Amino acid sequence: MDYHFYLARKSQALRVRARLTQSLRAYFISHDFLEVETPLRIPSPAPEEHIEAFPADGWFLQTSPELCMKRLLAAGYQRLFQICKCFRKAERGRLHLPEFTMLEWYVAGFDYQKLMDQCEDLIRFAAQALGLQNLKTSGRDIALAPGWQRMTVAEAFAKYAPVSVEEALAQNRFDELLVGYVEPRLGVEKPTFLHDYPASLAALARIKDGDPSVCERFELYIGGLEIVNGFSELTDAAEQRNRFGEALKKRAGKRWASYDMPEKFLQSLDALAPCAGAALGVDRLAMLCVSADKIDDVVAFTPEDL
Amino acid sequence: MYTASDLRKGLRLKIDNEPYVIIEFNFVKPGKGQALYRTKLKNMVTGAQFERTFRSVDTFEPADLREKKMQYLYKEEDKYCFMDNETYEQVYLTEDQVGDAKNFMTDNIEVEILLFEDKPIGLSLPNFVELVVTEAEPWAKGDTVSGTTKPVKVETGYTIQVPTFITEGEKIRIDTRTGEYLTRVKG
Repeated sequence: MDYHFYLARKSQALRVRARLTQSLRAYFISHDFLEVETPLRIPSPAPEEHIEAFPADGWFLQTSPELCMKRLLAAGYQRLFQICKCFRKAERGRLHLPEFTMLEWYVAGFDYQKLMDQCEDLIRFAAQALGLQNLKTSGRDIALAPGWQRMTVAEAFAKYAPVSVEEALAQNRFDELLVGYVEPRLGVEKPTFLHDYPASLAALARIKDGDPSVCERFELYIGGLEIVNGFSELTDAAEQRNRFGEALKKRAGKRWASYDMPEKFLQSLDALAPCAGAALGVDRLAMLCVSADKIDDVVAFTPEDL
Repeated sequence: MYTASDLRKGLRLKIDNEPYVIIEFNFVKPGKGQALYRTKLKNMVTGAQFERTFRSVDTFEPADLREKKMQYLYKEEDKYCFMDNETYEQVYLTEDQVGDAKNFMTDNIEVEILLFEDKPIGLSLPNFVELVVTEAEPWAKGDTVSGTTKPVKVETGYTIQVPTFITEGEKIRIDTRTGEYLTRVKG
């Protein structure tokens, strides 16, 4: 392959990507957020059933900066953001790179509803800075004008999937039906927040007040692409420890790497006041800015190019 | 044994005791959800295609496939007979298994027979073959108006578009992958 030609052809996408990152950063700076850098190599990632970390000399490369950032919040920092690399083993596809760029931010005193409002504000700001009124994918325009759609997971399954969300979970087909039937229909005309995930998929999210069957978690979809995951943060150390324990058991069943319980993080949770946080896939948002159909088009190098 | 992370386009697997090749492949995964491997598979014996989604816990048996050089001997009713020149063992392929390759097979041509668990299931030809033109309209000298190509029949019975100057009895080189004329062979 002629790499000089191939890399030169990416120049437009790389320019847009650079401006996108700059405008995301500008948004947070102008809203009084502190930019932080936390270590990429950590002793114990958050145990999650379906996310595997790369080992790195006895420790691991982070799969997300969540634990360190929440320890800062627990220490009293109010508004934090970070743009960093995250690493996830065996994730490679049209929308996946094993090393990708994450924008992660936290706001003390927010819940997931307020965070959804902020997501809308952030993405519209960043797009406008690039002179974009719409985002594009598969030749389709997605209008960013206010009034983004919000839909619960139960509503979305009732509308688009062949079975209800309860049945999907009972049959262990939630992810398969989400990917096959629901995701492609989300955020097609305007961006869509899918929210109130089943409690069993809460990860580090708080269970919803008044409805223990769901958690205060959302995902933002634009043009069928999952762009942001956010939640009202769980601040109950005992419950978080239980969930991590369950995830560790499931991981052991798959013979995935065993992590130590992230004790320092769990200790800090007792001091964590109500807050909300979100993670945005910068590469995927860049794809929508240049109407790329694969993530390879918005990074200078994929693993295969090295 | 393959695991799901080995799956890719072109990989050959054994499923329900039949050999399959992956003709389309896509990795999908909700951020916090499980990895799913969506494939389109083609049965290497029947040609039937279907879509199937696998999970990261799934494992796969490789299909025991190998190729062996053999010589095409003759066609008998709807069967094609080939011989292994080392062991003199003879194997047969059906009309369906031979497919379009029959257009380019002359007696004694050497081909690669594809074996699945030692049973022949298909063949591949050399990329280029040379065949004699057996039927062609004569070339009217000076005729440059009536188009640049004309159909001729070659010794296998296959009809192919060639430049108008090709005449009966000449040998031409054909690309077996596209079925197209490449050049006239002198001598």
